Amino acid sequence: MNLHEYQAKELLKKYNVPVQEGFACTTVQEAEDAYRQIKTQTGSKFAVVKAQIHAGGRGKGAIKENGINGVKVAKSLEDIQEFASKILGGTLVTIQTGEAGKVVNKIYVAADMYYDGPTERKEFYLSILLDRTKGQNVIMYSTEGGMNIEDVAHDTPEKIFKEWVHPSGGLQGFQARKIAFNLGLSGEAFKNCVKFVTNLYNAYVGLDCSMLEINPLFKASDDKIIAVDCKMGLDENSLMRHADLASLRDVTEEDPTEVEAGKHNLNFVKLDGNVGCMVNGAGLAMATMDMIKLSGGEPANFLDVGGSANAQTVEAGFKIILKDPAVKAILINIFGGIVRCDRVAQGVIDAYQKLGNINIPIIVRLQGTNAVEAKKLIDESGLKVQSAILLSEAADLVKKAVA
Amino acid sequence: MSILVNKNSKVLVQGFTGTEGTFHATQMIEYGTNVVGGVTPGKGGGTHLDKPIFNTVVDCVKATGADVSIIFVPPAFAADAIMEAADAGVALVVCITEGIPVQDMVKVKNYLQGKTTRLIGPNCPGVITSNECKVGIMPGFIFKPGRIGIVSKSGTLTYEAADQVAKAGLGISTAVGIGGDPIIGTPTQDAVELLMNDPETDAIVMIGEIGGGMEAEAANWIKANGNKKPVVGFIAGQTAPPGRRMGHAGAIVGGADDTAAAKMKIMAECGIHVVSSPADIGKKMAEVLKGK
Repeated sequence: MNLHEYQAKELLKKYNVPVQEGFACTTVQEAEDAYRQIKTQTGSKFAVVKAQIHAGGRGKGAIKENGINGVKVAKSLEDIQEFASKILGGTLVTIQTGEAGKVVNKIYVAADMYYDGPTERKEFYLSILLDRTKGQNVIMYSTEGGMNIEDVAHDTPEKIFKEWVHPSGGLQGFQARKIAFNLGLSGEAFKNCVKFVTNLYNAYVGLDCSMLEINPLFKASDDKIIAVDCKMGLDENSLMRHADLASLRDVTEEDPTEVEAGKHNLNFVKLDGNVGCMVNGAGLAMATMDMIKLSGGEPANFLDVGGSANAQTVEAGFKIILKDPAVKAILINIFGGIVRCDRVAQGVIDAYQKLGNINIPIIVRLQGTNAVEAKKLIDESGLKVQSAILLSEAADLVKKAVA
Repeated sequence: MSILVNKNSKVLVQGFTGTEGTFHATQMIEYGTNVVGGVTPGKGGGTHLDKPIFNTVVDCVKATGADVSIIFVPPAFAADAIMEAADAGVALVVCITEGIPVQDMVKVKNYLQGKTTRLIGPNCPGVITSNECKVGIMPGFIFKPGRIGIVSKSGTLTYEAADQVAKAGLGISTAVGIGGDPIIGTPTQDAVELLMNDPETDAIVMIGEIGGGMEAEAANWIKANGNKKPVVGFIAGQTAPPGRRMGHAGAIVGGADDTAAAKMKIMAECGIHVVSSPADIGKKMAEVLKGK
């Protein structure tokens, strides 16, 4: 589950991680109030307006309707009014959103951190994530901040450092110091960085993050170390022990069909193809998508109905898939183990009859316990449903349907 | 012989009296698995399915000599259950539970280091040695006895492969569902290694999916060890979009190396017979064995 920048920063503050302070605003009026407050606090006329969407590249991205960038530096109340009114409600298209873009419902009006001072300003990169191979958390960091880290890793891999954290002892002092030294820091900035990294790691573990990225990690001209931006992902499996975090989910950022599917306990991912599919088991569901492609179609979705493929789940699955007008055929692929295929077949028939007018070919492949009885049920139902037992037979039927 | 479990395995069930534990323990007993007892803290001293219940794993092991544990404990307590089994010296722990927080598994993986316990899973269908012992939730009848080993990240796709192998006139020695989570106890390579060294296994089906680097690691190991037995491979998720989690917690394309295409390329380069359609697994295995 991904969080917005403003949500992530609020959480980091609880772990004493210094962040670029700001206010989340949904109206121009709120943005103006935020600006006045920031101006009073900092004594600076500069402030930053940042669109809050679940995608990166906001600064270079632009609002479709008026071309304004998703991150703007304001130096007056008039600027704030202009930026807030143009960004709020607009559709922001960035390198990560795709052409459709994302509607901006909130902006973050934040203090400017790039003020003048006695020492040089610097931008670094730091993220914490899981190293799957080692089974340990790893802190990845670089002196090259504010840029796309994948480009840095590709062009100058020597500029990326990694520090693995042993699960039994946690992050050690020497490791935090090593990070600060490798970033070239000294004096107050060094001390601040050691504290920053230590507290950030505690936040990562305490919040059960799946990913925590600070880019840029900023050294201000007064040697403060600050998270100017923050991308935070939470481990959904851990939300059972973080009721407060579960409520931070923003469903407007998600595909509405996927949200709807979730309500029926269906695991659904929307894709762009023309053949819908409904499968039990995640691995078999992915394999079925692959088979659709090899048969000349394109998968319209990933849908895992889980262990209980009954009339209710099949009906919910049908409804969700049929919402997509691009779908030209549906393949149901169930390997019945503990679930009996004849029960699933009856579920398909009931759901089909209940929905009435399904005008596209339905292919049902049932294999496993009572597969033959299941095929007979489907074949004798009088419905326009094609049945198969072998996966290769199902592939042939898909081929015909999309031809 | 086969691997991991056989007719001599003594199996205990953690989360014995819960809905899942009860249902699948019953199925395992029907299959012929020697279930010797179970653990539900607070219910020790009683019996369930005619088997004794214990409060702790160590009590159960002492009284029954159990050497395999299967875990049906809910996700919030599953990591603790794995460590309890390891502490009691259980040789093989199979964790079925789906949805364990990944930081819990970081701890478990560290805890198991230096211990003799092998963990299979979590988020897996379990292990089955055909006609001898089922420690899992798979439908037993699909696994006809034979000399093909299966290693797979996925449940129903394992059943699919076993069924195709049977339809090709072959059978299964042992099938291992290693699980679809980012951190698992027995990675692909370990399971492949066990099957390569098993005198009762002639060939291996290796089924992976997008995310992580376990299949590439296994493929490189197979090549470095001289491709002793033929391996048929399949990777699910060739059509999965990057950055989206496809059901399994670990099934997500993060970079260029963990796509299906990248894995299939490395596997083919290492001498694995890679099929692009999941419908061809059984057929390919028959072809490979015939050509040998």
